[in-house]
Amino acid sequence: MKSSRRGFLKFAGLSASGTGEHEPPATEGKRLAMVVDLRKFSKNDELLQKCVDACNSAHSIPDFGDDPKNEVKWIWTENFETAFHSQEFHFIREDLKGKPTLLMCNHCDNPPCTRVCPTEATWKRAADGVVMMDWHRCIGCRYCIVACPYGSRSFNWKDPRTAPNLAGLGSESYPTRMRGVVEKCTFCDERLARGEQPACVEVCENQEMVFGDLNDPESEVRQLLTEHLAIRRKSGLGTQPEVYYIVDDPRTLMEIAPAAEVYEREEGGHD
Amino acid sequence: MIEKALSGGRSYWTWIFGLLVVIGGGVACWFWQFSEGLTITGLSRDVVWGFYIAQFTFLVGVAASAVMVVLPYYLHNYKAFGKMTILGEFLAIPAVIMCMLFIFVDMGMPNRILNVFLHPSPHSMMFWDTVALSGYLVLNVVISTFTLSAERREEPPPKWLKPIILLSIPWAVSIHTVTAFLYSGLAARPFWLTAILAPRFLASAFAAGPAILILLAFFVRRVSTFDAGRQAIDALAKIVTYAMAINVFFVLMEVFTALYSDIPEHVSHFQFLFMGLDGENTLAPWMWVSSILAIIALIVLINPKTRNNHSWLLFGCVAVVFSLWIDKGLGMVIAGFVPSPLGKVVHYAPTAPELMISFAIYAIGLLVLTALYKIALEVRGQLKKA
Amino acid sequence: MYDASKIVAGLAVFAVLATSPLWFNQISAAPADEPELQAPPNGATQCVEATEYMRANHMDLLNQWRDSVVRDDQRMYVSKLNGKEYVMSLQKTCLDCHSNKSRFCDSCHTYAAVQPYCWDCHLVPEEAQ
Repeated sequence: MKSSRRGFLKFAGLSASGTGEHEPPATEGKRLAMVVDLRKFSKNDELLQKCVDACNSAHSIPDFGDDPKNEVKWIWTENFETAFHSQEFHFIREDLKGKPTLLMCNHCDNPPCTRVCPTEATWKRAADGVVMMDWHRCIGCRYCIVACPYGSRSFNWKDPRTAPNLAGLGSESYPTRMRGVVEKCTFCDERLARGEQPACVEVCENQEMVFGDLNDPESEVRQLLTEHLAIRRKSGLGTQPEVYYIVDDPRTLMEIAPAAEVYEREEGGHD
Repeated sequence: MIEKALSGGRSYWTWIFGLLVVIGGGVACWFWQFSEGLTITGLSRDVVWGFYIAQFTFLVGVAASAVMVVLPYYLHNYKAFGKMTILGEFLAIPAVIMCMLFIFVDMGMPNRILNVFLHPSPHSMMFWDTVALSGYLVLNVVISTFTLSAERREEPPPKWLKPIILLSIPWAVSIHTVTAFLYSGLAARPFWLTAILAPRFLASAFAAGPAILILLAFFVRRVSTFDAGRQAIDALAKIVTYAMAINVFFVLMEVFTALYSDIPEHVSHFQFLFMGLDGENTLAPWMWVSSILAIIALIVLINPKTRNNHSWLLFGCVAVVFSLWIDKGLGMVIAGFVPSPLGKVVHYAPTAPELMISFAIYAIGLLVLTALYKIALEVRGQLKKA
Repeated sequence: MYDASKIVAGLAVFAVLATSPLWFNQISAAPADEPELQAPPNGATQCVEATEYMRANHMDLLNQWRDSVVRDDQRMYVSKLNGKEYVMSLQKTCLDCHSNKSRFCDSCHTYAAVQPYCWDCHLVPEEAQ
């Protein structure tokens, strides 16, 4: 087929006109995402700690006490101003001021961390979009930590088994990692393989956190994003994070339906 | 030729012994680090790269700077550099070895380091940096071995060496460019996300490296009959001057962009470096010393009267090296992490074991440098007696 | 050759010393200890593959399992012996039967002075003495 300069310019113009711009990048299968409904978290919520504890115990995460230097965390809380630095301003809505939010790996669609890994010890799974870790291969160069704009990754500065909370783990527990490798949230890939929800989502009683496949038009996460205003962390960087935070006014929770009914949703749409 | 490094007078062996003591201490610390983990360094969840990687960054520049001597001599037949090239190459080799050692001691799992070659990842700049550095080491060892042994036999070097030498010129530029790419392609680190980082790296490399070379040439002149030549040293001094001037200009460009745009993400790192942030101001005095030394160095080097006076030149070169070492070896890397992507200010300072391991690596570099220079001088010395 | 007798004598001593691992054990009185592997405490008699195959290849098998589970998210293994399906898991499958690491895994590994790094991360069941 002969391509002329004219033909090329026509094609380029069409492509640039934005027909491709609002389509999500293609994935081979699922696009797993997390929706955190900030309306449902209050400032002193025990649930925040429950989510963190669920993850920490499901994954044998070491707790070194008051030692920020060696801290390992996969999911943790920060206040709204820290998590969404570019979104906060002085006269922001009262409920968002100082509001604690849950942060974790965003499992970006365009992850800078996997781009920089020199050994493919971390990569984005084509089948469902989980950004995975291979702790057998990681050389501990920490380049992925440098590249992550969200501070999601932790390094094992020392042997995690020296942490007092990990004494006496048996073979039914998740393997600990060794000193010298980087770790982070994996969207509970071991639970996904068993058809379960991530540990932090499971302890939610009223769908404060919802997890699912954005490529499925019927999924809960898809519905939530079409019905509510959601923001993402540092969205301008082009990383396309897949953790969304609903920031609608919490008073809308009461307006949609009486309190009891809001929390009864159909099963289905969960992955 | 290696046997030449094994003979020497009392001061030679005292120096070697001193280096071995430092190396021994550092190796012991490293074994401790290998068993305890990198927790014995000052690094933390937010400042994950520190003194080791900063030294690596500085030394890659020194390694690349051999090209500043090789290029004029081999590409433009600048005969005055004839004696200097071996000194330059024999500086590049220990510099690359030290780079590799600094990376090695910074790894969480150093026993797995071959994974970089077993599972190549062309999308990663770190993969390419490993390839580039390894290749550069091989290139320099091959080039210097064959030129020196040819010289010893009083023959011209083999013809096939010329294309390899010419290859080392863009290769030298590329090792430091790819190291800059490690930093300058990261959306997460606005302090490093600047197109001028690679040019700045190269400018500071081409100032610091030849400055070190001049200092070494002065030292060699003191302890042997080897004289690189007035013309060579003065030409190198001009290279240092221009490179330093360009480097300072580039730094000022960075300062302007950050401060005039007043974007907090950019300003905060400069603020941390020069004024301190949230009470963290360990680096501020260092950065001011670096800046003042840079100005003083430029004054001494730009003025031909002081540049051509070898006492002033020595002072100027020391100022250049120290200023640029602070800039790359302390400021640049650490400031990328403070404040963190979440805006947190975390304290970092190298711990004693971290410093001990670093001193040991510098000692290993000096040991290799000593041995290589001893060999080179002996070969040249032999020629002189005949 | 200068000092031929001394050199030859020295070489002979060196040769004897260097080959000592080969002949020393032949002439020692006591037979070598053999590693004792404890049979699975839960009474299982069938491993994932045949015993001889496992003896020779368990390292490779575990590496394959590791890559398959972690990198490919494929967690089911089909035995070549009998087509049975197993979950590819060191902790949940292997250690389910071979639950006493010190009297199974370690017996051979200690004997052969091999230190696999599995146990840096993977956890063993409480061991019944």
